[in-house]
Amino acid sequence: MIPISWSLALSAVLFVIGVIGVLVRRNALVIFMSIELMLNAANLAFVAFSRDMQSLDGQVFVFFVMTVAAAEVAVGLAIIVNMFRLRETVFVDEINLLKG
Amino acid sequence: MREYIPVLLFLLVAFGFAAGTIALSSIIVPLRRNAVKNSAYECGVVPMGDARQRVAIKFYLVAVLFILFDIEAVFLYPWAVAFRQLGLYGLVEMALFIVVLFIGYVYLLKKRALEWE
Amino acid sequence: MTPVPAPQLIALDWWALGAVIALSAGAMLLLLLEFVPAKPGSSRAAVLSLLTLAISAAAVFVARDARRSIFDGMFVHDGFTVFFTLLFCAIGAVSVLLSWDYVRRTGIHHAEYYVLLLCATLGMIVMAASNDLITIFVGLELMSLGLYVLVGFRRAHLESNEAALKYFLLGAFASGFLLYGIALLYGATGTTSLTRMAAFLSESPLRGNPMFVAGGLLLLTGFAFKVAAVPFHMWTPDAYDGAPTSVTAFMSAGAKAAGFAALLRVGLTALGGMPAEWGPILSAIAILTMTVGNVTALLQTNLKRMLAYSSIAHAGYILVALVAGGRDGASAALFYLAVYSFMNLGAFGIVTMLGRGREERVLVSDLAGLGFRQPLVGLAMTVFMISLGGIPPTAGFMGKVYVFKVALGAGLVPLVIIGVLNSVVSVFYYLRVTVALYMQEPQGEPTEVSWAAPAVVALLVTLALTLWWGIQAHDLLLEAQRSVMGLL
Repeated sequence: MIPISWSLALSAVLFVIGVIGVLVRRNALVIFMSIELMLNAANLAFVAFSRDMQSLDGQVFVFFVMTVAAAEVAVGLAIIVNMFRLRETVFVDEINLLKG
Repeated sequence: MREYIPVLLFLLVAFGFAAGTIALSSIIVPLRRNAVKNSAYECGVVPMGDARQRVAIKFYLVAVLFILFDIEAVFLYPWAVAFRQLGLYGLVEMALFIVVLFIGYVYLLKKRALEWE
Repeated sequence: MTPVPAPQLIALDWWALGAVIALSAGAMLLLLLEFVPAKPGSSRAAVLSLLTLAISAAAVFVARDARRSIFDGMFVHDGFTVFFTLLFCAIGAVSVLLSWDYVRRTGIHHAEYYVLLLCATLGMIVMAASNDLITIFVGLELMSLGLYVLVGFRRAHLESNEAALKYFLLGAFASGFLLYGIALLYGATGTTSLTRMAAFLSESPLRGNPMFVAGGLLLLTGFAFKVAAVPFHMWTPDAYDGAPTSVTAFMSAGAKAAGFAALLRVGLTALGGMPAEWGPILSAIAILTMTVGNVTALLQTNLKRMLAYSSIAHAGYILVALVAGGRDGASAALFYLAVYSFMNLGAFGIVTMLGRGREERVLVSDLAGLGFRQPLVGLAMTVFMISLGGIPPTAGFMGKVYVFKVALGAGLVPLVIIGVLNSVVSVFYYLRVTVALYMQEPQGEPTEVSWAAPAVVALLVTLALTLWWGIQAHDLLLEAQRSVMGLL
């Protein structure tokens, strides 16, 4: 049996990679992938806790999170694709009409 | 752990063979660089155009719709496992869930989101 | 293989769930109605949305005195839920009225606009009524996903699209924090149910447990994003500015109220009042939010951006009430949220009416001389501005009075002083709008006003409520106090 601390450490590492990805990358699609990484880090934590506590709740939550993430993908990709159609770019540095 | 030793040996041999052949070829193979050799390898056919092509936007739409409907199936599995214990109530709940999805599907059909041309 | 018992729903539960059922059914019906072609220029989507919102509000109103816990305690129906459900239905209805003409003249008149608006309202209600972190998360995402699309609804419009992209990326980022916070709280307490969490914590307080503290802080960060508190406010001005103005009105009122509703429910039910560790953090966020919001608003020439920063500042005042905590703090926050929603809807509502056809006039200077040419617009805008600035005899004044009174009662003197100073600063930029209305000559072409009956109705309702709660605040405060009774 793998100790829970290992899963949690992996989950924390994934989460931090996701956060750093959002902060340093400039491509909207890559930022979006980093956000998905954060959500999946949370999923991993849910499953790990669920197994540790011998309760199924956490695993059911993961289903909900996955569904929500899929909906987010749909909306996010639609926005990014539409952006690309209008502006021919997905780099957030070049998307700067609104400021002040 | 004893029963894993053959697996370990197998892995060692596999990696060793791969590493060995690469090392051997880099030592004995003569190096002749030219334009044809540096180009992308496409099964022996002369490559045409750039590999980094734009993908038609229609693929995105199909992919997004696929994800949306695909992921809903995840709720069917736990329901199917506990089907007998959930009884009629579970059946009604799942029917409602499917109806809601179906409304989304009907809407997509109506909006011609699934027509390729 | 023991059968799992089906939840027993009594008649009262169906009324309590009425709002949620009606809104889901209304949204789906609107989608299916796309099968039946409408006459060009038909208002059936808007009419149906109004009807749905009215039915939702009525269903919850019938069961207003009940207190029920449904679906294994995931959905609770209590005074708090009723208060917020009615508020969200009202915000939704006013937004539909404001959108009626606006979506037509800006060329975004599609049934999907109203479907998304109903879905977002549904998400807000679920957030306020949830007694479980997972349902709160699902409600929050339902609201946010609807709003992301609504913000970018003018697809061919670069600003709208950019606003949607920024709002989406930062909103999803915040959701990630929120979810990780939920996961850690689940790990620390073994449950996501707020009631069971409270029971667990009363038996074994986890003071200083790193997983519990980190989970709580991540959760707070997620909510701070949603209510646009500094330093998590960066998306607000851009999203508010680029979005269609009717959507800005809706989200500035609804999303903020929903974020605070969920934060209040989590803080008061699960964590037994705001945890002690949160006190200094919340105070710091409140001070920063008020100050940054007001000072930056001073520099704006665009009315929508100015109101966006003003809405950030108002989140700061509500946070002061949260720092004060307890039943009084919560009821002051509820009172302020209700008042803020209507005055802000009114102010953005006037912006939706400026300009003719596809042209939109959103600069403060566009208002020049409008007060004399269009007396009703001038008067209404002035009332909303002095209410937002917190000058009597308006509702905004009463809201600030209650918040600061509660904060004084909790001994938060420095916070109150900073709050009052901020209110004084804010008067400058609110009055600039009034000065433009009455004391400036228009440069270039004067701004036209697009009159439409539904928008006028919305304006009159918000105007009446802003004035009425300024004079007769007692009733609303009593309602707010009654509705937080169940939480503590």
